[in-house]
Amino acid sequence: MTFIDKYPNEAKLVRWHFGVGFIALAIGGLFGLVQALYRTGFFRSALPINATDYYTVLTGHGVLLALVFTTFLICGFFVWAVTRSLGRPLAHQRVAWVGFLSMLVGTVLATLTILNGFAPALPFESADVLYTFYAPLKGHPAFYVGAALLIVGSWVVGAEYFLTYREWRADNPGERIPLQTFMVLATFIMWYLSTLGVAVEVLVFLVPWSLGWISQVDPLLTRTLFWYFGHPVVYFWLLPAYVAWYTILPKLAGGRLLSDPLARVVFVLFVLLSTPVGFHHQYLDPGIADGFKFIAMTNTMMLLLPSFLTAFTVVASLEHGARQRGGGGYFGWLRALPWGEPAFSAMALAGLVFAAGGFSGMINAGMNINYLIHNTLWVPGHFHLTVGTAFGLTMMGVSYWLVPQITGKRLQHKTIAAIQPYIWFVGMTLMSNAMHRGGLAGLPRRTAEPLFRGEGAAPFDPVFGTIAEMQLQIAVGGTLLFVSLALFLVVMAGTWLTQSGVARLSVNGAIPAPLSGPEDSPRILDNLKVWTAIAVLLVVIAYGLPLWSMIADGVLLPGSGPFPV
Amino acid sequence: MEIHRFEKLWLVAAFVLIAAFIATIVYGSLVAGVSMVSDDGGTVDPDDITASENFREPGVYQAGDGEYDVYVEARQFAFVPGTNSPIRVPANTEVTFYITSSDVTHGFDLVGTNVNTMVIPGQVAQLTVEFDETGTHHIVCHEYCGAAHHDMEGTVEVVAQENFDTEEVTEA
Repeated sequence: MTFIDKYPNEAKLVRWHFGVGFIALAIGGLFGLVQALYRTGFFRSALPINATDYYTVLTGHGVLLALVFTTFLICGFFVWAVTRSLGRPLAHQRVAWVGFLSMLVGTVLATLTILNGFAPALPFESADVLYTFYAPLKGHPAFYVGAALLIVGSWVVGAEYFLTYREWRADNPGERIPLQTFMVLATFIMWYLSTLGVAVEVLVFLVPWSLGWISQVDPLLTRTLFWYFGHPVVYFWLLPAYVAWYTILPKLAGGRLLSDPLARVVFVLFVLLSTPVGFHHQYLDPGIADGFKFIAMTNTMMLLLPSFLTAFTVVASLEHGARQRGGGGYFGWLRALPWGEPAFSAMALAGLVFAAGGFSGMINAGMNINYLIHNTLWVPGHFHLTVGTAFGLTMMGVSYWLVPQITGKRLQHKTIAAIQPYIWFVGMTLMSNAMHRGGLAGLPRRTAEPLFRGEGAAPFDPVFGTIAEMQLQIAVGGTLLFVSLALFLVVMAGTWLTQSGVARLSVNGAIPAPLSGPEDSPRILDNLKVWTAIAVLLVVIAYGLPLWSMIADGVLLPGSGPFPV
Repeated sequence: MEIHRFEKLWLVAAFVLIAAFIATIVYGSLVAGVSMVSDDGGTVDPDDITASENFREPGVYQAGDGEYDVYVEARQFAFVPGTNSPIRVPANTEVTFYITSSDVTHGFDLVGTNVNTMVIPGQVAQLTVEFDETGTHHIVCHEYCGAAHHDMEGTVEVVAQENFDTEEVTEA
C-alpha cells in the first residue's frame, strides 16, 4: 500500500510543504542564474538589473533557497519519515498545519519585502540585507517578522513529531525508537537548541529596533547570535540528507543499511557538537577573544568524525547493495549500481560532491588558514557543494522517489529525470571549482563588481588558471545548474498534474531492516534527554563567557542605530 | 554492539586526521606566529569613534623605532585613509592596523595576503603585519555594506624605508 493510501492526510501535508518548497526553488534558482551571469559579465547589459539590484537578487537567492526551500522540504520530508517509521498517523494534525501556515505567511512577508528592492515605490521599503541580515543595515520590519514566523512555524511542525512520538511511546513502552524517527527527533533537538540564537536576535533585538522601539543594537552581539544559529543550520540541512542516505539510498542500491547503531551514534554526535561551533564563522571578528575561537575550532574538527563514519557506512551499504545485484570486484561493483535511476543517481552524486565540500570545509574551519579565504568566493564555492548539492540534489532524488508516493501518481518524463542529476553534477563541478580557485586568488564574495578598476595595484593572482577562465566556468556552470533545476521542476510539475490511477505506481515504499539492528546497541543511545542535557552544557561552555563579555558593558552597547538600505 | 574491523580502522584513521588538522593550527599559532584578530582592540562608540582612547584620528602614526600604527575608518563606501589617498607604510617594519566602522559592518582585506578582518561598528580590529616587499596592495571591502558596496576599495602602498617620508606620518 502506498503512503497516500495509508496516510492520505499526512500525504497532503507533505505535498503542501514540497509544493511551497518547489516554488521557492524556482524563483531562487532563477535569481541564481541572473547572479552568475551578471557577476561574471556575460550578457550583463541584456539582464534587467543594475548593480544595486544585484543585492536584491542575492538576498532573494539566499533567503529563498537556504532558508525557505530547505525548511519546507525538511519539515515535509520529516512528516513522511515519522509517519512511516512509527507506522501511525500524526497525533494532532492541526498542530502541523498551524506550523505550516506560520511558515507560509512568514515566507510571503519576507519575499514581498525582498522583491520590493526592485520597485521601491511599493509599500514596503527595501530589505536588501542578504540572508545574514547583519545589523546595523536595516531591512523593513516585515522582513524580520517574516523570518521569525518561518522559524517559529518550523518549531510548531517539529512539536508535531514529538507529540506523535509520545503517543507511540505510550503504546510501545520499552521498544527502541524506530531509526527514522530517532533521526528526526535528534535533528529537531539540535534545531530547537540552535534556533534559540536567531530567535533572540530577531525577536528581542531586530524587530523592536527596526520598528524604532529601541534606538540601537550591539552589532557584534546580534551577529554572534546569528552565527550561534548560522552554523547548526547547515546541519539542519545536512541531517535530512543523511536520513535519505542512511535509510533510502541503500534500499535503492538494492540492499540495506549496514548498521543501525552507528547511524544513531552519528546523529547523537551532531546533537552534541553542532551548536558550540558558531565562532568559526567569526574567526576574523574583532571583539572575541582568540581562546573562544580555538574552542570552536576543535569542536568543528571533531564534527568531521560523524561525517567520516557516515562516508564509511553509506559506501559500505552501497557496496552491499551492488553485490546483492551481482556486482563484484574491488571497484567493479560500482557498475552494478542503478545509475539510470534518478532517485539513486541524485543521492549518490550528492554524496560524492559532499565529500569534496567536506574537504573545502576543513580549510574554512582551519582557524589561521581562514585568513586567506574568509569572505572570498571560496566560501560560496564551498556551500554550493554542501547545501546546494549535498542537500539540494539529495532532496531532488528524494522527490523522484517520494512524490509518486504522496501524490499516487506515476513519475513522468523519466528520461529527463534520468539525465537531470548528471547535468547538476557537471554544472556544479564547473562552477564550484572556479569559485574555490577565485577565492584563493582573492576574489571577494557578495559583490556585484568583483574586479579592481584602480591603477597600479596588484591584480587578482590565481594559483593556476586565469580569472577569465574562472568567470567562464562560473557562467557555464551556473547556466547548467539552472537548466538542471528547470528540468527537475518540469518532471515534478508533469508528475503532479498527471491523472492519478492511470498506471500502477512503479515505486515501492518499503524500507528493509538494517543488517545489524538496534537490539544489541546500548540503550543510552535512545536517551535523548541525556544527549540534550550534554549538548546544552557544551553550548554553555562555548558561549557562556563570550556572550557575557558582550553584554557586560550593556546589552545594547556599543550600539548602532539603523542604516536603511 | 559489534563494530566491524574495517570500521574500527577507519575510525582510528579519522581520529588521526582530526588530530593532525588541529596540530597544524596549533603549529601555525605557536610556531609560525599567526595570531587571530581578537578583543585586543577594545571598543568604541560608533557615533564618535575617536572619543575613547582605543581609536585615534584616522592616519599613519609612528609608534616607535620601526613600528607604525595605522588607524583606518571604514564607512559607506570608503576607507579613510585608503580610498581617496593611499595608505603608505614602509617595508620591513612592524605595522599595526586599527580599523573600525562609523556606520555598518564592512570588511578589510588586502587581496592575496593574510591581512583580512571584519570591521564591526563598536569594535576595533587590531592586526599587526610586516610587509617584506615593496609594492601596492588592493584593499577590498568584502562584507556587503549597502547599495554601492562594490565601489568600496582602496590601496596600501608599501615603500622602501629610505623612500618613506617621515612627514607623511601624522604627528602623535
